Amino acid sequence: MHKELRWKIPLIMFVIAGFSWLAWPLEEKINLGLDLQGGVHLVLEVEAEKAVEFSMEQRTEDIKHALGAEDIEVDRVVLNKDTNVIRVLLVDVIDTTGAETVLKNYTALEKKDALRGGLELVYQLRDEEYQYIQDNAIQQALEVIRNRIDIVGLSEPTIQVQGTRRILVQFPGVKNPKKIIDLLGQTARLEFKMVDESISPEAARTQGVPEGSELLEERVFDKTTKKEIKKIPYVIKKRVLLTGDMLTAADIRYDQDFNEPYVSLTFNSLGARTFFELTRDNVDKRLAIVLDGRVYSAPVIREPISGGQAQISGSFTSEEAKNLAIALRAGALPAPLTMLENRTVGPSLGRDSVNAGISSIIIGMVAVVLFILIYYRLSGVVAVCALLLNLVMLLGSLAYFGASLTLPGIAGIILTVGMAIDANVLIFERIREEIRVGKTVRTAIDAGFAKAFRTIVDANVTTFIAAIVLFQFGTGPIKGFAITLCIGIAASMFTAVFVSRATFDLFMSRKKIERLSI
Amino acid sequence: MELIKKQTHFDFMGKFKAALIVSVLLILAGIASIAMHGGLKFGIDFEGGTLVQLKFSEAPAIDSIRSVLKEMNFEDSTIQEFGSPDTILIRVERSDGELQEMGSKIKAALEEKKGFTGILIERVEMVGPKVGKDLRMKALLSILYAIIGIVIYISWRFELQYAIAAIIALLHDVLITMGAFSLLDKEFTLVIVAAFLTIIGYSLNDTIVVFDRIRENTRRRSKESLRDVINTSINQTLSRTLLTSGTTLLVVLALFFLGGEIIHDFSFALLVGVVVGTYSSIFIASVFLVYWESRAHPKKRAKSA
Repeated sequence: MHKELRWKIPLIMFVIAGFSWLAWPLEEKINLGLDLQGGVHLVLEVEAEKAVEFSMEQRTEDIKHALGAEDIEVDRVVLNKDTNVIRVLLVDVIDTTGAETVLKNYTALEKKDALRGGLELVYQLRDEEYQYIQDNAIQQALEVIRNRIDIVGLSEPTIQVQGTRRILVQFPGVKNPKKIIDLLGQTARLEFKMVDESISPEAARTQGVPEGSELLEERVFDKTTKKEIKKIPYVIKKRVLLTGDMLTAADIRYDQDFNEPYVSLTFNSLGARTFFELTRDNVDKRLAIVLDGRVYSAPVIREPISGGQAQISGSFTSEEAKNLAIALRAGALPAPLTMLENRTVGPSLGRDSVNAGISSIIIGMVAVVLFILIYYRLSGVVAVCALLLNLVMLLGSLAYFGASLTLPGIAGIILTVGMAIDANVLIFERIREEIRVGKTVRTAIDAGFAKAFRTIVDANVTTFIAAIVLFQFGTGPIKGFAITLCIGIAASMFTAVFVSRATFDLFMSRKKIERLSI
Repeated sequence: MELIKKQTHFDFMGKFKAALIVSVLLILAGIASIAMHGGLKFGIDFEGGTLVQLKFSEAPAIDSIRSVLKEMNFEDSTIQEFGSPDTILIRVERSDGELQEMGSKIKAALEEKKGFTGILIERVEMVGPKVGKDLRMKALLSILYAIIGIVIYISWRFELQYAIAAIIALLHDVLITMGAFSLLDKEFTLVIVAAFLTIIGYSLNDTIVVFDRIRENTRRRSKESLRDVINTSINQTLSRTLLTSGTTLLVVLALFFLGGEIIHDFSFALLVGVVVGTYSSIFIASVFLVYWESRAHPKKRAKSA
């Protein structure tokens, strides 16, 4: 027995020291969960099929334009959004080969059919391309969200993909969560398109919008009350001439005359050239600046604009303009996001929860410790030491895994305290039984530990299975609970079976004990 | 000190009829309550919806809040005190995008129309209906997986009938706790599912300690009938069962009374679960074992009876 103690005691010391070192100082080492320090937990879904839709719409308009550039007479180019099929309807079969050559450049499309002797060409988006656009949309959305959060300068955010198309965003303790939630939700698709001046919006509404155009609105707000006063409709050509992708900067500025905020845009060299060309080619026509499907302004182009500068004005508040600038700088989301889950906890509630949790832990602990000391006397001291060690191991493990302590996590700790005692109770009751049937202290201890061991393993493994399932299934706070439960079970097996045993052995090795204080 | 001075010889098996009646009545009461409430009452986690917790500088009149919400077209909302009279929990069934700013909107409306000042938005939770459905499925599956895992483990360590008995005891505990939730009109949330899984773990823990002793005793006392072996085993583990339940109850009570409003229902579930779990490992699980044995070996039963 002496021999075994020679390595057991240093090992126990090492474990105590190691876990204490991991856990101390508590304030620094243990992360508090969102429910304890206040914060925001968001689950956003990327509407990835919208990214496919955007890309197909773009492609359709591009094809129309490219065919026109090759002097191919086109009746219509029709997109079916559900099947992702583009049909090119030609006027004359002479153009069939020419059109096919142009369409060869669109490698994402696959030729499916040629109907009516080559007058109708059918192209479909390739499956792998479809998948690629969707996957890419998720990755891009992740990147954009990360950028936006970086620009705002939030500390300790968690941003990760959940499942196939959901993004989890968590950040602790912010003053104004709504502002950030708004910022994250904004798609920020900035597009420059021409106004279709062949028809007035009113006429378009009654007679139908011309092929290749759509009706969009500008919302006008009252300058002082910030309430929407009216909506101005525009007929806008669908073809996108320039997007926010080519921006290098977007900043909030103030109008000198009215002190109204606007967002100034700076394009990169390619964007600047495109902008110059499009303004050069469309002098005296109206250019619409469209953001997320809403017209912000539609000025008339007076002269070609070089230098790559533009601005978005509209009736913004400073806050909106600032958010828009951030969103544009961080890049547009490839597809809109839907908010699936939003849990926001204020810092004061978090503080209350911490206090309540800590006081219940302390009271619960004290009650258990007193009870065990009264009940088992000196052996109770062994159990209490094991319990304390259990707690240290639990906290140290939480720190090591970087797991956050949540309110259910605190409950998990308390529950562990209750159950950790169980292993000791099992052993002690067994020892008492053995003493009762007349065994000596030494053999009673040996038999007690040996017999209780199997029970402890079986009982704990089943609880462990439940905790593991909980961990797999759980989100947020529940995960915290499952982690504390798992660690607590493992720790309690170690402390009861190993540490308590070593402590008893240590006592026994000192002197011959006739009566055990149990 | 000893809770139970010497080896007890309670005839637990003799009381099993009474115990069965009590259990069946409790479960039926729970089921009746669930049926009367039109199913379990799900929280926003499983149903979708929006929850706003507001702290007022002084206790507000619930009616004035209700009238403001009505003006905002949130007729389907429920309003309740949460922990203290100055803290109000508002729940709206819908969870569309517009409701994302519900916290600040309600706050603004209350301040504007009823002249409240200093309202603090303590918590806003919005769960989309799609997520709610997902979570409900996941919660159900997780309980199922836990049960399957445990059946496999117990059948491996013991025998199949032990596993079945343990599961019956566990379902018994879960059903009674569910019934208690329904009777008191408490909501099922994610955290409550966590509590249920804990109850499952705890109930099994308790049951297995008894089973372990039964297994040990059946080997040593092969001449006695299973009924007697089980009775002795329960008696032998009785002081441990009561002690562990006692210490666990101590901490759960601390959690229940001091843990704060947010985990109040969670600790309530644990409280019921621990008490029922202790009871079921003494009466329910073992009774099933005897019943199984009497079906498998009718002769042995006749001898013992």
